Amino acid sequence: MNELCPIAAAARFAPVARNPGKALTPGWFEDVKVNLSAAERRAASLPARRSVKKNYQAAWLVKALQCIDLTTLAGDDTPGRVHRLCAKAKRPLRDGIVTALGLAEMPAVGAVCVYPAMVPPAVKALEGSGIPVASVATGFPAGLTPLPQRLAEIRYAVDQGAREIDIVIHRAQVLLQDWAALYDEVAAMREACGGARMKAILATGDLKTLRNVYKASMVAMQAGADFIKTSTGKEDVNATLPAGLTMVRALRDYGGLTGFQIGFKPAGGIKTAKDAINWLILMKEELGRRWLEPDLFRIGASSMLGDIERQLEHHVTGRYAAATHQPLA
Amino acid sequence: MPSVSDIIGAMDYGTAPESNAHAVEWLKEHAEGFGHFIDGAFTRPGKTFDVANPANGQTLARVSQGSAADVDAAVKAARRAFGAWSKLSGHGRAKHLYAIARIIQKRERFLSVLETMDNGKPIRESRDIDIPLVARHFYHHAGWAELIADEFPGYQPAGVCGQIIPWNFPLLMLAWKIAPALAAGNTVVLKPAEFTPLTALAFAEICREAGLPPGVVNIVTGDGAAGAAIVDHKGIDKIAFTGSTDVGRLIRKATAGSGKKLSLELGGKSPFIVHEDADLDAAVEGVVDAIWFNQGQVCCAGSRILVQEGVAPRFLNKLLRRMQSLRVGDPLDKSIDMGAIVDPIQLQRITGLVEKGKSEGGTLLQAPCELPGTGNWFAPAIFTDVEPSSTVMDVEIFGPVAAVMTFRTPEEAVQIANHTRYGLAATVWSENINLALDTAARVKAGVVWINSTNLFDAAAGFGGYKESGFGREGGREGMYEYLVPAWEAALKPSTQAKAAPLRALPPESVDAAPIDRTAKLYIGGKQARPDSGYSYSVYGSRAKAIGQAGLGNRKDIRNAVEAAVKASGWSSAMAHNRAQVLYYIAENLSARAGEFAARLRQMGSSARDARAEVEEALARIFWYAAQADKYDGRVHATKSRHVTLAMNEPWGVMGVVCPDGMPLLGFISLMMPAIAMGNRVVAVPSPRAPLAATDLYQVFDTSDMPGGVVNIVTGERDELAKTLAEHDEVAALWYFGPGVKAVEAASAGNLKATWASAKPRDWLSRTQGQGSEYLRRAVQVKNIWVPYGE
Repeated sequence: MNELCPIAAAARFAPVARNPGKALTPGWFEDVKVNLSAAERRAASLPARRSVKKNYQAAWLVKALQCIDLTTLAGDDTPGRVHRLCAKAKRPLRDGIVTALGLAEMPAVGAVCVYPAMVPPAVKALEGSGIPVASVATGFPAGLTPLPQRLAEIRYAVDQGAREIDIVIHRAQVLLQDWAALYDEVAAMREACGGARMKAILATGDLKTLRNVYKASMVAMQAGADFIKTSTGKEDVNATLPAGLTMVRALRDYGGLTGFQIGFKPAGGIKTAKDAINWLILMKEELGRRWLEPDLFRIGASSMLGDIERQLEHHVTGRYAAATHQPLA
Repeated sequence: MPSVSDIIGAMDYGTAPESNAHAVEWLKEHAEGFGHFIDGAFTRPGKTFDVANPANGQTLARVSQGSAADVDAAVKAARRAFGAWSKLSGHGRAKHLYAIARIIQKRERFLSVLETMDNGKPIRESRDIDIPLVARHFYHHAGWAELIADEFPGYQPAGVCGQIIPWNFPLLMLAWKIAPALAAGNTVVLKPAEFTPLTALAFAEICREAGLPPGVVNIVTGDGAAGAAIVDHKGIDKIAFTGSTDVGRLIRKATAGSGKKLSLELGGKSPFIVHEDADLDAAVEGVVDAIWFNQGQVCCAGSRILVQEGVAPRFLNKLLRRMQSLRVGDPLDKSIDMGAIVDPIQLQRITGLVEKGKSEGGTLLQAPCELPGTGNWFAPAIFTDVEPSSTVMDVEIFGPVAAVMTFRTPEEAVQIANHTRYGLAATVWSENINLALDTAARVKAGVVWINSTNLFDAAAGFGGYKESGFGREGGREGMYEYLVPAWEAALKPSTQAKAAPLRALPPESVDAAPIDRTAKLYIGGKQARPDSGYSYSVYGSRAKAIGQAGLGNRKDIRNAVEAAVKASGWSSAMAHNRAQVLYYIAENLSARAGEFAARLRQMGSSARDARAEVEEALARIFWYAAQADKYDGRVHATKSRHVTLAMNEPWGVMGVVCPDGMPLLGFISLMMPAIAMGNRVVAVPSPRAPLAATDLYQVFDTSDMPGGVVNIVTGERDELAKTLAEHDEVAALWYFGPGVKAVEAASAGNLKATWASAKPRDWLSRTQGQGSEYLRRAVQVKNIWVPYGE
């Protein structure tokens, strides 16, 4: 049995300086080359090249848990449903598992992510927990409402206490390669966010080509995004490793050119503990240890937490766990 | 093990070892030592040697040192088995190969683990690459066995095959050798490398389990002496070897004149070209797959990294960053990128070359990874500050060390890429399809990967140009290495007495001609006097001199090869244009048919035979003109979303040494396929009857044939053939005469492909004197892998 220790005692990282953005600089992305087959090969070999077992697997799963943006984005969300999710966010594991893992305290998820109208109940439910509320905004998921409404939506969510805003970009601007328009809108959104961190959802499934993914990533970062995020979860194709690989390479390039660290959030269709480990491996291999912390990495997920709980229970008991034994989110 | 909390802080990978319990148990069962697998059963272990695990130096097993007697027993068993096996229906052989493939799949993890323990390669590679490719190879060739009669009509198995394989991909190289051999109906004696014999022995058990008839597959373990016993054995019809160029050269010499069919897959120093419009991140990942795959112990490893100067700093930055996260260690650990070097000897060789590289001014940049204490380890490395003249840019290191240099233009990239004695593989990174395909077309290598590297599939051919060997493994082209045309196998030895030397003294009796004609040499599209200043008398049927021919020497060959080298435009000309020239030759020859018939009569043909020979020569020219734009390549069905082009490329400069029979038709039958496929040729006509060939240069001159495409040097055949065989600019040599042994031995210098026979053939026969075998011998297959997708 592990001795009880505070989580991440060894990790002391400098806080992430906020990306101020910069003027639109097409030269950083217009001629970008992204080879699909090569990206697919790298994405396929990444999970095959690394494996975590035993205590390492447990630790990595706890880390994944801390990076979750526990999400509900459904038409039938109610304050009661949000309240239940927030309760789970605060106590994602049963006490017995936490103790058996040797953790001195209950780990918490990275944030709770809801629609703007659900921000007030979420803020209330999470009061005092330190867990931020993230709100999607800007006409999520399509982003095709008029810009003033989209900006007003951001301001509303921030006013209601959301500390993180997941905006969606206007995909047509990417498909038409209208970078100035995209830049201006995202920059306006960033301004509307004020002190709230902004995650820019690119909806990579709609952008189709990895070159589009890279270009949209770069424009979003130049416009001041704190995070770039793959998907709304509503596109036909959600977070894929090749798209994620392209985005993390873009944010690495941006970091190299500006010195600013940008966060990354895959979201949509991420359901298993194994998926979570694969994304963590991608982050560690392509970006390094620093990007395994919730201030630079989030996973947008809802059902994945249950699978992580089951795997952790198996780790501490040696018996395979039932989903119904884990408290509902 | 650290606590969960601590790990959450550090977020290390820890260790993730693959269990080797089954392999250990299997080794324990064989603790008394392994014998050879001969005639379907294991022999009792004889004199044994230890096989070590490269990752920790521990002895894994004791394996028998094969003797000449063991090899002899194996060859005899293979010979006994050959009759029934070669007569078994294709379907019958397909069922056996299919059974082997199925059993390999069922033993996948055991074989992966055993391979990793024996060789030191990461379990990820043996599990995800080697062993799946082994199974794929047997499945694919079960297919060829099934289809053999339909797809290769007129061909028969070569016979008993001796196969010698290297230690870098032990079981995969076994599959590459055994699967096509068996599919074609051959039986085999295979010797695995002495460092890594264990999976071959496990494979022997699989053969037994699959019910393969005894003697079809025989495995003899041992060192180079056992290999030499195989190479020298008189009962073997075909040798297939994968290994170093030096040993390949020895084998070429040792088998010269033996009649053994030969395929060699040898070393390389393959270029890895990164153009400025490449996806640089992808190319960096390509380097990982090129030179740090299998510890760089890969014959086709991209070990010369050529980067366009403008993007070189960015590329290097990305590459150095990537090196930071490479992990080297226990090959059974699922989280490592690179395992152990196969043997201390190899580690010494790598270290020695690296030291030399440093002493010549190169800068060694190595991954900062931790290395285990015991075992053979070398951290992934690149050399910068190197030039083409640096040792590490020139010599195959066969370890995880690439040398990086820059180029200015695509033109220069190709030039640097091709300035090497090797020609196994090349990698091209560019997002511009024009540039990528242009580079792929111009680089001299048997395999070209565009925007990818080290891709393999059973359906694609693999093998080299130049001193990387000859012959292909995999795909349709690979099957030919284990087949021989039935007509060629049935040819009888020559009964002709040894010819007297040519004489430059005045003839005693002359068949008077109206005006004295002087046949000169034909070099670079011009008639040239022989360097020697001598001519020799050519005698007709009535023992009277009918004319004189130049007595060519080695300098004339040198000049002719130079002219052929310069005529490179012919090789890249449109096939249609080459066909037009061939048709034009036929047209002009037809106009002078009477004159050529008269020449043949002078040399002893009857009027009817002379006419028939000229007629057939015209038909033959038409046939090869027709083939010029039709004997084209294929697209192999390899991976999804890949075009794998198998292109037939000319050798470049070929030597063609002509037979005595049918002086006109023999010459035409060899010359036309060679030039139709785009080769430039230095021809040595029959020394007894050179005038029909020299008469042809006037035909060539009037047929728009560019100078240097066909060059004719008359004189003493075997002297000229030796010079051609030794010439490093000559890529292939066809020789039809008595001196096969000398020619094949002399060809070992640059390991040129030879097609040499002392057995006379019936040139009038369209089976023996014409056909796709001639075209196949006139080209080498380049496989170009083009993954696509946007």
